[in-house]
Amino acid sequence: MNAKVTIEIVVGILIMSGTVMSLLSSLGIIRLPDVYNRAHASTKSATLGILCILLGAFLYFFYTHGVSSIRLLLGIVFVFLTAPVAGHLIIRSAHRSKVALADISVQDDLQDYLDSEKDVESSSTTS
Amino acid sequence: MFEKIMLLAMFLLSISVVIALYRVIKGPSIHDRILALDSIGYIVIGIVAVLSIMLDSHAYLETILLIGILAFLSTIALSKYMERGAVIERKSDD
Repeated sequence: MNAKVTIEIVVGILIMSGTVMSLLSSLGIIRLPDVYNRAHASTKSATLGILCILLGAFLYFFYTHGVSSIRLLLGIVFVFLTAPVAGHLIIRSAHRSKVALADISVQDDLQDYLDSEKDVESSSTTS
Repeated sequence: MFEKIMLLAMFLLSISVVIALYRVIKGPSIHDRILALDSIGYIVIGIVAVLSIMLDSHAYLETILLIGILAFLSTIALSKYMERGAVIERKSDD
């Protein structure tokens, strides 16, 4: 069991776990009932899966070629910072354009908050 | 063995792209489609990483960063357009 086999095992485990997480996030995208639940599934697990795959690729190129690729590290940092922000923006625009929640959901606190804010704005402009 | 694992990873990532494409085609609202396209962008990043391991070359690693930046920018532009009706707003005159 030399170093190459060990690295191949570690990289294989990282890449397979990332792949399975991406597959599960896609299954969540088609199985869950409304857009908010789908965003919950897709942003979190796709981000973690892609981070695992990129970390496996970084370790592979570091140990087989001796290349410590700065681009892969920057890609890891960039995906980790921007994927949740993108999910937040999509869901905020979905809620502001009044995409309906699923039928089984019982409470929408943010809608009450937006309505009260709108009442305050309209009363302040009329007075 | 390692090549077979990489082939299997490529196959499963392609399956997940196809599954997300189902939501792009059938999604009830525009936001479902934007969300699924964003997720497809991130899965394509993973496909490029696995492909560069299979080809044993580090010449494609710039593409990962590039696809990440483009996916983020297009998602922000689309969601801002859906929220306010314009991507780049004009300066108010007063």
